[in-house]
Amino acid sequence: MKRHSVVKVAAVAAATFLAAGALTSCSAGGGGDNGGDGGSKTLRVTLANHVWTDTIKSKLPEFEKETGIKVDVSQYGEDQLSDQYNVKLNAGTDEIDVMMYRPLQEGKLFAKNGYLTDLTDRVTSNSDWNWDDFQDGPVGATTFEDKVVGVPIITEQEVLYYRKDLLEKAGLEVPKTMDELEAAAKKIKETNPGIAGFVARTEKSAAVTQFSSFLYSFGGDFIGEDGKSTINTPEAKKAYAFYGKLIHDYGPANVSTDMSWPEAMAIFTQGKSAFYTEADSLYANATDPAKSKVSDTVGFAPIPAGPAGSKAYNVPSWALGVNDASNNKDAAWKFIEWATSPDMTLEIQKAGVPGARQSVWENPEGTATYPEDLAKAIAVSTKNGVGHDRPLVIKVPEAREIVGTPIVTAITGGDTDAAAAKADKAFQQLLDDEK
Amino acid sequence: MTAPVTARPTAWRSYSNWANRHRKWLFAAPAMIFTGLLIAVPLVWTIYLSLTDAEGSVRAPSDFVGLSNYLEVFSDFNRFWPAVGRTFIFTGGALAVELVLGMVIALLLWRPFRGERWVRVAILLPLVATPVAVGMMWRLIFDPNIGFANQLLGWFGIPDQPWLSGTDTALPTLIFVDIWQWTPMVVLILLAGLTSLSDEPDEAARIDGANSWQRFWYVTLPLLRSTVVVAIVLRGIDALKTFDILYATKGKGGGSFHEVETLNVYAYGLSFDYNDYGIASTVLILFFLLIIVLMWAVTYRRKANR
Repeated sequence: MKRHSVVKVAAVAAATFLAAGALTSCSAGGGGDNGGDGGSKTLRVTLANHVWTDTIKSKLPEFEKETGIKVDVSQYGEDQLSDQYNVKLNAGTDEIDVMMYRPLQEGKLFAKNGYLTDLTDRVTSNSDWNWDDFQDGPVGATTFEDKVVGVPIITEQEVLYYRKDLLEKAGLEVPKTMDELEAAAKKIKETNPGIAGFVARTEKSAAVTQFSSFLYSFGGDFIGEDGKSTINTPEAKKAYAFYGKLIHDYGPANVSTDMSWPEAMAIFTQGKSAFYTEADSLYANATDPAKSKVSDTVGFAPIPAGPAGSKAYNVPSWALGVNDASNNKDAAWKFIEWATSPDMTLEIQKAGVPGARQSVWENPEGTATYPEDLAKAIAVSTKNGVGHDRPLVIKVPEAREIVGTPIVTAITGGDTDAAAAKADKAFQQLLDDEK
Repeated sequence: MTAPVTARPTAWRSYSNWANRHRKWLFAAPAMIFTGLLIAVPLVWTIYLSLTDAEGSVRAPSDFVGLSNYLEVFSDFNRFWPAVGRTFIFTGGALAVELVLGMVIALLLWRPFRGERWVRVAILLPLVATPVAVGMMWRLIFDPNIGFANQLLGWFGIPDQPWLSGTDTALPTLIFVDIWQWTPMVVLILLAGLTSLSDEPDEAARIDGANSWQRFWYVTLPLLRSTVVVAIVLRGIDALKTFDILYATKGKGGGSFHEVETLNVYAYGLSFDYNDYGIASTVLILFFLLIIVLMWAVTYRRKANR
C-alpha cells in the first residue's frame, strides 16, 4: 500500500504541475490577444519622463472616454527607456504597442531591426490630421528608406541661456558672436569670484549634442557630403578647442567631466554661471522659481555666430512609433493621431514643449507662454537650424563616445588636435564598418 | 488477451519499486531540473552568442565566427585589459580594507557592553540602503563644486579635491563608498563566527601570559579561519560584480575617460549601448571564468591547508 501511495502522490503532483502550467500559458496567451478585435481593450503605451508626457497623461481620460480604449502608460527616464526597448524589443515582445523613441538616437537602429511599423499609409489617410503640417527636418528623421516609421512630437533647438544681472553689472551686451561670448565669459569670471563665466555639458557622450551647434557655427560637421568623417578638419578642431577652452578657462573651478544637463543646469540655476548653452526644451528648469534661484534674471539668446554664422541644431528629439510586433496597431494609431493632432500639439506647446507642426509656430497663441526673448531665439534656430545634433549613423551611442572624446580632452586642457586626429580614425572605421 | 493484463501490473510494479527506491530523486527532480535549466540555458545562450558576430538585435541574422571574438577581446588594450585591471584594484582594495575594518569592529562588538543594541543597528544601516540611492547620495556629497565633502575640507583649510570627477581619484573614492556600504556585512559574518567560538583556548592563553595581540593573532584568528574564508568568498564575488554604485555615480562607460569602467560596466556598455552582443557575451564569459578560477583558488587553498 505504501509504495502505491507514493506513486499516487507523485502522479497527482505531476498532474497539478501540468494543469498549473497550462493555466498560466492560457492566461499569458489571453493577455497577448487583447485588443485584436478593433481596440476595445488595453493599449500599452511606453513614454519617457517629459513635460509632454505629463500633459498627455492629464488628458488621457478624454481619449479613453471618446474611444473606449483603455490606455496603460509605462513611464521611464531616458536611459531606462532605452534599456527597456533593448530588452523587450530584442525578445520580440507584443507587450508594447505605442513607443516614444528618439529618432536621432535609436531611430535608424530600430527601423533597421524591423521594430517599427511602416506608417506611410496611415499618416496620409486623414487630411484633417494633416501630415503636411509637420516640419521637413523632423519628418526626415522619422523616415527610414522612404517609409514613415514615426510621428515627431517634440523638437529641440539649442539656445544661449544667460544672466541678465551679471551682464548688466559688467556693462556688457548680449554676445552676438563667439568672440564676444568668450570675452564676456572671461570678464565675468574675473570680476565675480565663485561665479563661472560659462558652463555646459562635459560628459563626453552627453556633450556631443550641445557641442554640435558650436561645430556648425564654426563651419564644421560630423560627416561630410561624401560620407567621410570630418571631425579632423580645421573647422572642427577650432570648434573643439573653443568649446573646451570656454569650460576649461572660464568654467567652474573644479570642473567635472561627468556633467549631463541635470548637473550643468544645476550650476546655472544655483547662480554659479553667467552663460550656459542648452536645449530650449529644458528652459522651464531655469525660469521656474521652485527649481531655479535665477528665475527672474535669466535671459535667452540665439547661439552666438561663429565664422559660419549662428547655426544651432533644430531636431526632433522625440517621436511616437508603433511596435511592429503589436497586435493592436489600429488602436495604437488612433492614440498617435489623437496625441499629435493640431489642437493637442498647440496645447502641449503652450505648456512649454516645442512642437513639430509648423502651424503651432505660425499661430501667435503657440508662443504666447514663452519668454519673449526665447521665442525670438528659437525662431532664429528654426530658420538657420541644422537637422541633426549628433552623427546620423546606426551605432549612435558608440559614435557619440568617439566624437565626444576630443571635447573632454579640450575641457581638461589636453592636446585637442591629437585627440581629434585619433577620434577621426576611429570614427572613419565605424563609418566604414556600417557600409 | 490475458497477456497484457498480467504484464501491466508487472511493469507497473517494477516502475513503482524503482520510484520508491529513488523517491528522494524523483521528488526533487522537477525543482532540480528547473534550477539546472535556469542556470544552463542563459549560460549556453551566452556562450553561443560569444561565438557569433550578433549585433543590433539578437534576432537579426548573425554569422558563426568561432573564437575570433575572444582574439579581439584579448588584443584590446584600450578598454578590456584596463577594465580587468580596474576590476582587480577595486575588488582588492575594497576587500582588504573591509576585512581589516570588519575584524576590528567585530572584535569591539564581540563582548557585551552598554548600548550594544543601538550600536549594532547603527552599524548595519549602510547595509540596508539601496545601492543606487547610496550612489546618488555620495555623488552629491562628493560633487566638486557644491558637495559637502569639499565644504568639510574647507573648514580645516584643506583645498578642494576633485573626488569622483578626477581621473585618478574616482576609483579610490568609489572603493571608499563600497567600504562604507559593505563593511557591515563582513562584520556580521565575522561576528557570527566569533560568537560561536568557545572561551577556553582564549582563557588558557591568558593564563599562559599572552598579551591581547598574541591572543588574537595566535588563538582567535586561526580558530576563525573558515569564517574569514567565507567572508572573503562572499564579499569577493560581490565586489567583483559591483555595478550599481559605479553606474549611479559615473554613468555609462564609467566616466568620460572610462576611469571606473570595470568588466561589468564594460559588458553593460557593449550590450546596451553598442548593441554588440557577440563581443559583450565574450567579455561576460571571460568574466565568469575569472570569477570561477578565483573562487576555486580561494577554496582550494583552504582545503589544502587543512
